[in-house]
Amino acid sequence: MHKIESKNVNFFYGETQALHDISLSMKENTVTALIGPSGCGKSTYLRLLNRMNDLIDNTRMEGSILIDQKDIYQKNTNVDDLRKNVGMVFQKPNPFPKTIYENVAYGLRVNGVEDKNIIEERVITSIEQVALWDEVKDKLKKSAFELSGGQQQRLCIARALAIQPSVLLMDEPTSALDPISTSKVEELVHELKKKYTIVIVTHNMQQAARVSDNTAFFYMGKLIECDKTKTIFTKPAIQQTEDYITGRFG
Amino acid sequence: MKTNFKQLKEKLIESVLMLSGAATSITVVLIVFFLFIEGAGVFNRKPIDDGYLLVVNATNKVKTLQPSQVKDVFDKKITNWNQLGGENRPIVLFRTSDITEYYTEEELGANFEHFPEKINELIQKQPGIIAFFSDKYKSDKFSGKELDIDKVKVWEFLSGEEWFPTAQPIAQMGVKPLIYGTLWVSFGAILLALPIGLAAAIYLSEIAQKRTRSLLKPLIELLAGIPSVVYGFFGLVVIVPLIQEMFHLPVGETGLAGSVVLAIMALPTIITISEDAMRNTPRAMKEASLALGASKWQTIYKVVMPYSASGITAGAILGIGRAIGETMAVLMVTGNAAVIPNTLLAPVRTIPATIAAELGEAPNGGLHYEALFALGCILFLITFGINMLVELVTNRKAHKKQ
Ligand SMILES: Nc1ncnc2c1ncn2[C@@H]1O[C@H](COP(=O)(O)OP(=O)(O)OP(=O)(O)O)[C@@H](O)[C@H]1O
Ligand SMILES: [Mg+2]
Repeated sequence: MHKIESKNVNFFYGETQALHDISLSMKENTVTALIGPSGCGKSTYLRLLNRMNDLIDNTRMEGSILIDQKDIYQKNTNVDDLRKNVGMVFQKPNPFPKTIYENVAYGLRVNGVEDKNIIEERVITSIEQVALWDEVKDKLKKSAFELSGGQQQRLCIARALAIQPSVLLMDEPTSALDPISTSKVEELVHELKKKYTIVIVTHNMQQAARVSDNTAFFYMGKLIECDKTKTIFTKPAIQQTEDYITGRFG
Repeated sequence: MKTNFKQLKEKLIESVLMLSGAATSITVVLIVFFLFIEGAGVFNRKPIDDGYLLVVNATNKVKTLQPSQVKDVFDKKITNWNQLGGENRPIVLFRTSDITEYYTEEELGANFEHFPEKINELIQKQPGIIAFFSDKYKSDKFSGKELDIDKVKVWEFLSGEEWFPTAQPIAQMGVKPLIYGTLWVSFGAILLALPIGLAAAIYLSEIAQKRTRSLLKPLIELLAGIPSVVYGFFGLVVIVPLIQEMFHLPVGETGLAGSVVLAIMALPTIITISEDAMRNTPRAMKEASLALGASKWQTIYKVVMPYSASGITAGAILGIGRAIGETMAVLMVTGNAAVIPNTLLAPVRTIPATIAAELGEAPNGGLHYEALFALGCILFLITFGINMLVELVTNRKAHKKQ
C-alpha cells in the first residue's frame, strides 16, 4: 500500500514540458530522496504533491497523483485540506515577519483552531520536535528574523509540523545552512520518519545516502531510476545514474 | 590626454547634475518663502478697506474696536455703546448712502460737494453715531474721532466662522469653514476611495490573470492623467444630478459630490501604489502561508496586507494629498458655500477652490489678496504635513525590512 502514488505524470510550463511520464510511489513512513542535476524537474515534481504549481499561471498537468488512494487532482479536491495534510519546507528559510510563537501558530489559526491551550501545546510540541525548544524558549515573543538561518529553517519545519500533516515535502532544506545546522536537520528527518512520509530534494549525495530509504534520480524531466538508496548508491541499474552519483556529470 | 578628457566630461556631467539639483531646491524654497511672506502680510493689516474710516462722535469714550465687534455693531447685534465700554447710548449706524436720510440733495450740492461738512456736522450732532465712509469725504475742520481697528489676528483668522473677505465695513476672514470644508470633502473622499481602491488593488495583484492585469493596469494609470476639469464635468453632469435625485436635495452641488469626484481622482494613485506594494510581497511568504493550508483570502489578509500595509498607507495618503490640493473639479461640484458644514449633503467650499475662485477678483496687494495667500499657506502646511506622514510611514517600512 503506497502513501503517495504518481502515475504517468506529465507537466507543462506553457508549451515546455518539464516532466515526462513520471510514475513514482512512496510508502508510508519512508524517506524518499529526489536527486538529479539542476533543472531536471525535482522541485516541479515535489510541488505537484501539494499542488503548489497551481499558483503558477499557464501550467498544465497530466496523469494522476494519489495520496492515501485519493486523486489529489480531482475537481472536488479541497486544496487547502490537501496542503494541510501535505506540509512543505522550502529551500530558503521563509518565516513570516511575526514572532516565533506566531509563526508556528499560524497554520493552526488559519485552519480554525481557536482554543488557546491547544495552540500553545501544539506550538511547544512542534518546537520541541525540531529540537529548537532550548534555543528559543525564552524569546517566543521575539521576531523570527532574530534567529539564525539554521534556527529559522528548523522553525519552518516546526511550523509545518504544527498542523500535523502526514506527508512532509522538503525542497533542498539544508542548502542555505552550515554543516552543523545541516546535520541537525538531517537528524530531524531521521526522527520524523517515524511519523511522517517524507520526500526530500537534495543536491548533496551524502545527504541522500544518509537520510533516505529510497532514491529517485531525475534527468531532464524524466525519472531515470528509483530504488532503495543503498542499491542506487552501490549498484545502480542504469549507467546515467552511476555517472551522476560518481560526479562524472551534472 | 584621453583620460583627462574623460575626467573633464565626468566633472562636467557632475556639475550639471548638481546645478539642476540646486536650482530645483532653490526654486522650491523661493516659492514657499514668497507664499509665506505674502500670506503673513494679512496679519499686518486692518480688516477694513484701504482709505475707509470708522468715525464716532468726539465725546465717545470708545477708542478701539475689535473687527468682530464692528461686525456685530453693523449687524445690529450690538445696539448700545455701553456694550462696548462706552456710555449708555444707543448706537446710530451710518453708511455713506444713509446721508440722504438726513440731508436733501440741495443741501449736499449737485456733486456732493457739501458732503464733507455735512457729515462732519452730522457726527457732531449725533453723540451715538458710528459712521463708515471714505476718507476723501474727510473735511479740513473734521471734528469726529476715528476709531482704531485691531489688526487681523492669527487666531481669529483660524477660528473665525465666517469667510466674507469683501464685506463692508469689516472684512470677515474666518477660514474655519474653508478648513472644515476641505477636511470634510477629503475625509469623505478617502472613506469612499480607500475600500474601493484596496479592493481593486487586491484584485489586480492577487486575483486577476496576467492578461487582465496587463489590460487594466495601464487603463488605471491613464485615469491619473486625465485633466481635473474633465473630472469636474463628469461630476457636474453625472454625480451632481445623481446625488440630488438620491437624497431629494434642492441642489446636488454638495460636499458629497466633491468627495465622490475626489475619490475617483484619488483612486488611480491608491490602486497603483497599493498594488505595487502588494506585488512586492515575497512569493516565499505567500507560498509559506498557502503551504500551511491557508486559503487565498487568509493569505491575502494575513500575509499580503500586513506586508504591504505601509505601501497601502502611503498610497492612501498620497491619493488624499492629491485630493486636498485639488481645485478645479471640486470648485465645479461642491456649491462653494463658505459655511461650516454639518453634513456632506450641504454645499461646502474648500481652500483651493476658494483661492481659485477669488484670486481673480481680489485687487493685487490688497487685504483680500493677502488673505488668499494666507489660505495658500494653510493648504501648504496641510499637504506638507501629509507628505511628512508618508515619509514617516515609508521610512518605518524601510526600517522594518532590514
Ligand atoms: N515557473 C516556471 N516557469 C517556467 N518554467 C519553469 C518554472 N519553474 C521551473 N521551470 C522550468 O522547469 C524545469 C524544471 O525546473 P525545476 O525547478 O523543477 O528544477 P530542479 O530540478 O528543482 O532544479 P534545481 O536543482 O536547480 O532546483 C527547468 O527547465 C525550469 O527552467
Ligand atoms: Mg529546485
